[in-house]
Amino acid sequence: MEILVTGILLGGTYALIALGLTLQYGVARIMNLATGETLVAACFITFWLFASYQVSPLWGLVLVAPAAFAINWAIYMWLLKPLVDRAKNQGMLEVDSILATFGLLFLFQGLMLRGFGGAYFTYTYLAERFEIFGSPYALNRVVAFLAALLIAAALYLFLYRTRSGTAVRAVAVNPNSSNLVGIDVAATAALAFALGGALTACGGTLLSTFYTFNASMGVVFTLKALIIVIMGGVGDVRGATLAALILGITETAVASLIDPGLMLAATYALFMLVLLFRPQGIFGKQPT
Amino acid sequence: MTRFLPDEFRIPAIGAGVIVLAALLPLFDDGFYLAMAVNIVLYAALCTAWALFSGPTHYISLATAAFFGLGTYAVALGNELLPFPLLVALGAAIAAVLAGFVGAATLRISGVYFVIFTLGLAELVRQIVSWAQVKWSTRMGLYVFTDFTEAHIYWMLLALTAAVFLTGWLINRSRLGFAMQIIGNDEAVARHCGIDTARLKIILFMISGAFIGMAGAIVAPRYLYVAPPSAFNPTISFLVVIMALLGGTRWLWGPLVGVIPFTIVMEFVSANFPNDTSIVIGIVFLVIVYVLPDGVTGRLEQLLARMRRTSTASKAATVKEAA
Repeated sequence: MEILVTGILLGGTYALIALGLTLQYGVARIMNLATGETLVAACFITFWLFASYQVSPLWGLVLVAPAAFAINWAIYMWLLKPLVDRAKNQGMLEVDSILATFGLLFLFQGLMLRGFGGAYFTYTYLAERFEIFGSPYALNRVVAFLAALLIAAALYLFLYRTRSGTAVRAVAVNPNSSNLVGIDVAATAALAFALGGALTACGGTLLSTFYTFNASMGVVFTLKALIIVIMGGVGDVRGATLAALILGITETAVASLIDPGLMLAATYALFMLVLLFRPQGIFGKQPT
Repeated sequence: MTRFLPDEFRIPAIGAGVIVLAALLPLFDDGFYLAMAVNIVLYAALCTAWALFSGPTHYISLATAAFFGLGTYAVALGNELLPFPLLVALGAAIAAVLAGFVGAATLRISGVYFVIFTLGLAELVRQIVSWAQVKWSTRMGLYVFTDFTEAHIYWMLLALTAAVFLTGWLINRSRLGFAMQIIGNDEAVARHCGIDTARLKIILFMISGAFIGMAGAIVAPRYLYVAPPSAFNPTISFLVVIMALLGGTRWLWGPLVGVIPFTIVMEFVSANFPNDTSIVIGIVFLVIVYVLPDGVTGRLEQLLARMRRTSTASKAATVKEAA
């Protein structure tokens, strides 16, 4: 039971990171391998705001999310849009975007190493006991989970209840047909990419309240996010949320029952199962 | 395999000459330049082996560090039990098995899954090796004591590089190479021609992985002390991708054009600005994507084609004027 609760609490933060990536890859068609660096950057900014100006991480969200939105929008318009325009097919765009975001990954990582060094960082925020079903949990994890839940709910309302949200989902299904029904595909893709970056940054801010982070851990989170996205089905918001919870529970179970050093092996085992049995995602339809 | 034509041997003959010349280097220097030459030859072997698979398929493999580390570990574990050549073969075999496994799991579906899977592969193998080491033995690292000097390692790596080039040359003129060319141009067409695309890709990935494993095995004596974090260092995978793409993968010798300058630059950067290597790597990645999408050799090819076009055009113009 404890494993289940801890896993679900962790999965909430994973879900935000993966939702960000699924928007970027599913709608904007950019495989963003620098997503982990966006996350780590948000961790550092939250830390810096908290340590220097005593800004609580929850208020930090209000600053971090719009900043990440603007930066990701600029990255898409200046760096990635030219690649989208020059690509002759989906395969070429994939190779180009993978290489370009590798470049960003190393660049951001290098800049953060310069700014903060390679040490591990952590800070104390809401480190109190909180009881669920009679067992104690850290309050910061519960708060992070609730905040993640609220943000995910807001995203769901946006995607399923507004016009621009519907446009985003339409582009995810088929960009060419969306163009035919009068959707500005380029603008929608930029919006989705920026929104995805903002969600990932929110995930980072929440993660930093209970997790020890350092400048070079981004790749591990990129990998987790990618695996969640594939498990849930590319561009599928509900699938990504469910897959994030499954991953959170599996990792917690392996870490507490077998060995914490094998967390990535657990992630990979899940990935293998998905590739072998449901490469189209949990809710995905069998391609005909 | 088709029949050999006499003029096909010109390029391999030049290559053999270059390798013989390179083999003389340890006679002149056994310090700084030899150490740098070992790095260059090591990355030449790794990048060319990488490009054997990733060149024609355009799949970016980040599994290099995993294969390399397995080769290193094969030597570190078996050093006192088996003769060295056997261990190198063993390293190649283990890497090939892993490559076959990864290929079978991902290459049947699509390229993206392959990239993602290889992205964390080195870290995965590292975690499993560390876990197994803690569980079954008390030591974290292994000592590798051999009688090999830097020059011996250099010669072995040079021989390996020659073998990679020879294999690449033989593949290019075989049915496998022809099939890979079709797959690289249009996979749907290849499938309609009756090519079993997944099987060929897996075979090629295994060949490439085996060579990388061998390279890891050969340099193991250079490390003296082998521990999981150093043997499965993921930076190797990225460096190999950068150097190969910087040179260009259209030709067998393309990666070499990237390896030589980049190894020297990295040596300089890591000696003078050790904290900024990631920034340099990041910038070079961006340069490749935006400025040199086909690598240096691809850009040269374009320039040559343009010069030829302008020279024929001016010739045509003078002919017209004379008339």
